[in-house]
Amino acid sequence: MPETYTAPRLTLPVGERDHAEGAADAPMVLVEYGDYQCPYCGAAYPVVKRVQKELGASLRFVFRNFPLTNSHPQAEWAAETAEASAAQGKFWEMHDFLYENQRSMGDEAFFASHERKIALDAARIAREVAGHAYAPRIQEDFSSGVRSGVNGTPTFFIDGVRYDGPAEFEALVAALRAAPPRSHRSK
Amino acid sequence: MSGTAESRPGPPRILAAGHVAPDFSLNSTPDQRVALRDFLGRPVVLAFYPADWSPVCSDQMGLYAQVMPEFKKYHAEVLGISVDGIWSHLAFAKDRRLNFPLLSDFQPRGAVSRAYGAYDGERGESTRALFVIDAKGKIRWSELSPDGVNPGADGILSALEGLV
Repeated sequence: MPETYTAPRLTLPVGERDHAEGAADAPMVLVEYGDYQCPYCGAAYPVVKRVQKELGASLRFVFRNFPLTNSHPQAEWAAETAEASAAQGKFWEMHDFLYENQRSMGDEAFFASHERKIALDAARIAREVAGHAYAPRIQEDFSSGVRSGVNGTPTFFIDGVRYDGPAEFEALVAALRAAPPRSHRSK
Repeated sequence: MSGTAESRPGPPRILAAGHVAPDFSLNSTPDQRVALRDFLGRPVVLAFYPADWSPVCSDQMGLYAQVMPEFKKYHAEVLGISVDGIWSHLAFAKDRRLNFPLLSDFQPRGAVSRAYGAYDGERGESTRALFVIDAKGKIRWSELSPDGVNPGADGILSALEGLV
């Protein structure tokens, strides 16, 4: 490893624009750049859930989009679907459902029926996804990731510093507990 | 080619900023060659990497294909270089939908990688070394990444920004 190597830092601080679970003043912050069609993200999804359960109110979890569309043709559609659900106040419901149903990715009827089931306006989602209403926001996520040293998915940041360890429960919890508590609080 | 870094004892050192980038001419397809001097007048990003077909989601070349619009803001050309043969490169580029040339440092094996200090003689592969070369052919930034770590694009973009 080169002597000068330092892990990259998050260039776009966590803030109002982000989708977050957990209190805004939680002492630990975990940011994930993810792709809904990426199998490694799919594998990390239950791990993050477990980490959230373990750390409870001490953790704020933020998800940002990093769709690698060259490898994953449905990744942009999935990201836009989650963002369109966010516009109706149900980002996390759709985020979770996408990861729990990765094998159905691209089956729009299947996802539309779920949208109706959880009282989302499916027609509005279809319209907004077709019009790429949230593509600029996803691009903003993607660019912020590129400038922060996101090199693939999933990439995690703990307290604003890229985490290069394994996406495993013990390792993530240990790294989160070892990180210095946040010196300032985001709104 | 001169000034190879590999002749020194110890692990190879990549060429640092300030060096003139060694010129080369390598195949990008079975019947097309690409030379560094072809790009004089605009910045060039050289991305040496160990091998085609690394795991999909963390693939460095796939990421660069997707970041291409940002590289193009600086009129930069991106060239990927490994010791893989040209047929592997072509299949890999097609599979990952790459939009920049992959050059084959195949014969004599690793000669160009050696000239940049970016060759691991034990494994017989290029290392994961990045170079940003300015419009006049001078290296302005270089970085060697740890083996398993995809360096991403942020270092390259910061270096390109610095050229402006």
